[in-house]
Amino acid sequence: MSALDPLHRTKAEEPPRAPSAWARFFDSDIWYSFTRSPVTVVSALIVLIFVVGALFAPWIAPHNPFNPAELNLMDGFTPPMGEAFSGNLYLLGTDDQGRDVFSTILYGARISLFVGFCAVLFAMVLGISLGLLAGYRGGWVDSLIMRIADVQLSFPAILVALLIFGVARAMLPRSMQGEMVIWVLIIAIGLSDWVQYARTVRGTAMVEKNKEYVQAARVIGIHPLLIMLRHVLPNVLGPVLVIATIGLALAIIAEATLSFLGVGVPPTTPSLGTLIRIGNDFLFSGEWWITLFPGLALILLALSVNLLGDWLRDALNPKLR
Amino acid sequence: MRLGRALVSSVALGIVLAFTAPAEAKTLRYAFQSSINSFDPHALNETFTLGFHGNIYEGLTRRTPDLEIEPALAVSWEMVEPTRWRVKLREGVTFHSGHPFTADDVIFSFERASSDASDMNGKVGSIVEVVKVDDHTVDFITGAPDAILHAEWDTWYIMSKPWAEEVGALDVASVAADREHHTTRNANGTGPFRLVSYDPDGQTILEPFEDWWDEPEHNLSRVVFQPITQTSTRVAALLSGEVDVAEPIPLQDIDRINENPGTKALTGPELRTIFLGMDQWRDELTYSNIKGKNPLQDQRVRQAMYQAIDIEAIHRVVMRGQSLPSAAMLAPGLVGFPEDLERYPHDPDAARALLEEAGYPDGFSLRMNCPNDRYVNDEAICEAVVAMLARVGIEVDLLAETRSLYFAKVLAQGGYDTDFYLLGWTPSSFDSHNVLYNLVATRDPERGRGTTNLGGYSNSRVDELTDLIQTATDQEERLALIQEAWQILHDDVGYIPLHQQALAWGVRDGVNLVQRADNQFVWRHVRID
Repeated sequence: MSALDPLHRTKAEEPPRAPSAWARFFDSDIWYSFTRSPVTVVSALIVLIFVVGALFAPWIAPHNPFNPAELNLMDGFTPPMGEAFSGNLYLLGTDDQGRDVFSTILYGARISLFVGFCAVLFAMVLGISLGLLAGYRGGWVDSLIMRIADVQLSFPAILVALLIFGVARAMLPRSMQGEMVIWVLIIAIGLSDWVQYARTVRGTAMVEKNKEYVQAARVIGIHPLLIMLRHVLPNVLGPVLVIATIGLALAIIAEATLSFLGVGVPPTTPSLGTLIRIGNDFLFSGEWWITLFPGLALILLALSVNLLGDWLRDALNPKLR
Repeated sequence: MRLGRALVSSVALGIVLAFTAPAEAKTLRYAFQSSINSFDPHALNETFTLGFHGNIYEGLTRRTPDLEIEPALAVSWEMVEPTRWRVKLREGVTFHSGHPFTADDVIFSFERASSDASDMNGKVGSIVEVVKVDDHTVDFITGAPDAILHAEWDTWYIMSKPWAEEVGALDVASVAADREHHTTRNANGTGPFRLVSYDPDGQTILEPFEDWWDEPEHNLSRVVFQPITQTSTRVAALLSGEVDVAEPIPLQDIDRINENPGTKALTGPELRTIFLGMDQWRDELTYSNIKGKNPLQDQRVRQAMYQAIDIEAIHRVVMRGQSLPSAAMLAPGLVGFPEDLERYPHDPDAARALLEEAGYPDGFSLRMNCPNDRYVNDEAICEAVVAMLARVGIEVDLLAETRSLYFAKVLAQGGYDTDFYLLGWTPSSFDSHNVLYNLVATRDPERGRGTTNLGGYSNSRVDELTDLIQTATDQEERLALIQEAWQILHDDVGYIPLHQQALAWGVRDGVNLVQRADNQFVWRHVRID
């Protein structure tokens, strides 16, 4: 079954010759609109490079900036491509402790992307569950959940994250904080972000639940939970996917912001935000590379993810097709 | 909407104008890297706090710009017997609250400063009793003869007893306490400036005290203090003329501040020594993977840590050449500086061998406490130390935090809750005895000795020497005793001295001030053109 076969749409209705998932994907409208948008292709490539770089950082990065034993303080403040004290070559220079900026960006992107993905996943699960519940059940459940959402929406997300972070810091024993800090970040960002999902899902669920297929399902006695999951949920996934993509960019920036403010990951395992904060102190004295390169990396990553999200929104919107 | 915004901005402009208007009347705008956490004069024995308080409170003596002792609240003092000093107090002095200054205030301040919650025990430790002779004369009774009894009176501040009774400030507002005391936010001294308003994260405003007993040398009508934690923001505030004095200035920005028209950087060697301390008194380190014993009690382990540290790299990269690597626990030029002492050489191989010999071939782990806004590049020094120790197998969990949290843990008031820490010390008497008494001698809360010996280093010979040094009257003999004590400490590796840091203040042109080598900023010398 060739993806180029113009007739396959009608053939697809023949049960034994159903096309493979890949073939269906490459032939979809989404793929078509993707290949027609150079900006999107470039963004996707950049995101892909970041993801691969972050995943394989231990093999790609020339140094391990998180292992203090590998640091050479005498190499500190080496400019990009400059000769270091030890004779090592550093592509993007080193920071104040002699950490290779290039390696630190790779390792830092690892933290940023991990925190971003997990936070979005957490926010999505929480938001979808509450949104479905509110939209499908209605009544006082709906009012309660949506009022909580309203209240939370009136605080800036970063403030909510800071609050959660502060509480967690006070509650957790210090010995656990080293490992816990990333999970706390994820929960903090996730908890400050779920409202968007809940609102979108609720709106769609309210529309869908009155349609005939849902009513039919109800009439034949399917459990409400099953109706929500099997019938309503697939119909709300489109807009959720769009929010999730844009939310990923926001989560990455939120992590960087928290780290920049000094409440995120500890300075010995810097993420992009931490690097930018460290470099900020040396901007006046001419050591621009410590803050510039991580900053550029952050902008590039956040921008690409955002552009992808924009494109997805247009591609999934039937009115714009 | 437009109208509203215009209204808001014109109100904002009005506020700005209202604030800038008094600037014409000689306002000193001063920025430091952290806020002032308390106005209790006996809570925290730390230079910035002491220096700040010294503008509000006064001791029996004070120091001139050259750090000479001169009379302040006492007009004269003499040793009438070897263990009895008679002190004549200044008459006609009033506190900011209007209470007159009397002998009762001195007795009260002595008792308060030697209480458990106080951090000033060491300053009055050799005094057994203060006896009132008349309203303006007191006798200080010491346990043993003390030739340098008055050396630290300049930072032992006098509080008003009747005022403390009125407001309920009899107890010291301990730095470890969660609860605020009256003295956390209120101050009442006899000094040249009185506290007008306090905002820990915003502006703290002080004004000259009209009834000050001395003739003011300054021409200030107001002092506005503002903490600016972010280094680059602090520098930017100075460069843009938003503040008159910014302290400290990061080493990398000294050139830029000097090149900028209208600002200059004042630099000089500071008398403060930065060092690392190690817990040697617990039988088991609190935050280590080694259980049942304390590796830091082994001299070989301490020497291994010493030799693992590459002080030249710290000097060159972290301090940008603005430090003086030190083998001693005090700065050159102070009384009893051990000139012959040399640092153990940097040698990671020797360090690993020592660790293996001590029974830790795979190293061990421990936690390090570090302030991140107290000393020049303190956090960066700690990070560098962590990396250097990692290379010989010692895994350090670095806990770098703001100074109020840091001090609340590591000091006596916090139960010395630390394995390994970075601290700086300026002997306020400018004499070896102060360092030996506070940092090196065995802890003795009864006598106020060894209060800042956070690691609990203990050597009975050093204790003996410390007592002898205090009472010795023959200068040569005294110096020999001091040398012996420093040599023992060096051999024991009781501490790991790092360096003396450089002072760097950023000052706007037209602001004339005195930069004292003990890094106290004394506003009574400030004149603004």
